[in-house]
Amino acid sequence: MELFKLTAHELQDKIKEGETGSKEAWSALESRIKHLDSKFNSYVRRSNPGSGDSSRIPVAIKDNICTEGLNTECCSRILQGFRPPYDATVISKLKSAGFSVFNLKTNMDEFAFGSSTENSCFGPSRNPWNPECVPGGSSGGSAAAVASDQAFWALGSDTGGSIRQPASFCGIVGLKPTYGRVSRYGLIAFASSLDQIGPLTKDVTDSAIILNVISGHDPNDATSADIPVPDYTDALKNDVRGLKIGIPKEYFVEGINPEVKKAIEEAIGKFKSLGAAVKEVSLPHTEYAVPVYYIVATAEASSNLARFDGVQYGLRVKADNIIDMYKKTRGAGFGDEAKRRVLLGTFVLSHGYYDAYYLRALKVRTLIKEDFDRAFKECDCIIAPTSPTPAFKIGEKAEDPLSMYLSDIYTISANLAGIPAISVPCGFTRSGLPVGLQIMAKPFAEETIFRAAFTYEQNTEWHKQKPRL
Amino acid sequence: MAIDRKTVEYVAHLARIELTPKELERLAHQLHDILDFIDKLSRPDICRIPPTSHILPLSNILREDTPKPSLSADKALVNAPSREADFFSVPKVIE
Repeated sequence: MELFKLTAHELQDKIKEGETGSKEAWSALESRIKHLDSKFNSYVRRSNPGSGDSSRIPVAIKDNICTEGLNTECCSRILQGFRPPYDATVISKLKSAGFSVFNLKTNMDEFAFGSSTENSCFGPSRNPWNPECVPGGSSGGSAAAVASDQAFWALGSDTGGSIRQPASFCGIVGLKPTYGRVSRYGLIAFASSLDQIGPLTKDVTDSAIILNVISGHDPNDATSADIPVPDYTDALKNDVRGLKIGIPKEYFVEGINPEVKKAIEEAIGKFKSLGAAVKEVSLPHTEYAVPVYYIVATAEASSNLARFDGVQYGLRVKADNIIDMYKKTRGAGFGDEAKRRVLLGTFVLSHGYYDAYYLRALKVRTLIKEDFDRAFKECDCIIAPTSPTPAFKIGEKAEDPLSMYLSDIYTISANLAGIPAISVPCGFTRSGLPVGLQIMAKPFAEETIFRAAFTYEQNTEWHKQKPRL
Repeated sequence: MAIDRKTVEYVAHLARIELTPKELERLAHQLHDILDFIDKLSRPDICRIPPTSHILPLSNILREDTPKPSLSADKALVNAPSREADFFSVPKVIE
């Protein structure tokens, strides 16, 4: 029995039945990591659990979520050596629910800026289905670790698709909860009106189990919603009869890879055969989502990243006066994409351009949100591709930031509208790369998402496929 | 809207980032392309549309102004690149 192949809930059941212990599970995982980590570069830091902790199921953590006393560096040179003096709320919640969090930090694009993990100061992670391809990003290390059975589950963060797109590229399940469902306290901020923490898991059941643990109001995050948390595992019902599913016609036009399109159409057919009612809906402002996002997200990022100036933590490059110290520290500490985004964000907020760019983007954001409000009057959830293409080659888009930005075209809208969305495996291309199906719902309707995703999973075998390693 | 090298230089100063001449050249070119793409936002009619800066209907989340336990000075300074007593230490700011 290869314990590392289990989902977390399967492992929990086996531990409960006395068939195995979590010590055995950890040592299986540990040898798996030793065997594979150098190949996929999923982890940027890892060590053994402390003696007290080895009796619990470990969770891998993206490098932008604060863990007390354990380096949390956002895969950036500017945060080298940063050891948070406190835990993020999600980490305290995992610990008090009996899960083990220790030094299992996963690779990511620097500050979550990217869709491939190529922007990590530790070098790119690789896709377990084809090591020449990216695992997606920015939570690419988390996705690659789960897909290659080097983690039972992982946490990531999603600002424009950073959980769902790598889940899709690696053939696993990735959930971005409703904005406000999960506390952002201790998540190193990228774009505060868009960021959410969420799980990357081997199946939908594990996703619901983690969401149960990490959700809820937190006085330390004023934007966390004071709305009761249901037991999401109650929503795991194999039944979509009568569920109204909307298909946004704007998601199936130019730019979609034909194999992706075919896989999504087959998934839609599956939902129909299971008794769901499928109809076309319209999200007419979809084409503006990417430009709105790259104004709003970079504007917020330019403000959030102002704190990395060599004063309180991380890198400091010495200089004679403080302005030069800031400039030299940030010049040496930020990678290319971080510089690009901070400059773009500073520009769209600067005097003379604010109205033309930032304010205009906020208004178009309203139009995008209203598209979803209207669509959800006609349907319970929306089904779409997660990404227009399967995983691309390492280096393929590295020199062309705009083409990289466009790979987030189907995931960005959910962040702008604040709605929950999941990616689940729905097929493979002829060359053996996974394809992801995205399911979106109204704010705080994660239960609808789980019902649809669980039913699809129960009636397909895609999530059981493993890369040959 | 075109963005030139001079504008990028000015924005880099505002953002407090030192760039090499090579970086400046490359970034000016890339930001130009990105802004060119972003310009499609001038198409939709937005004259009566209110802005959305935040998606939840929340405003003015306040709490009682009462002292609570928080990080000690030592813990707050644990990552300081340079400290003196209970302060972050930086190069001289005022002449």
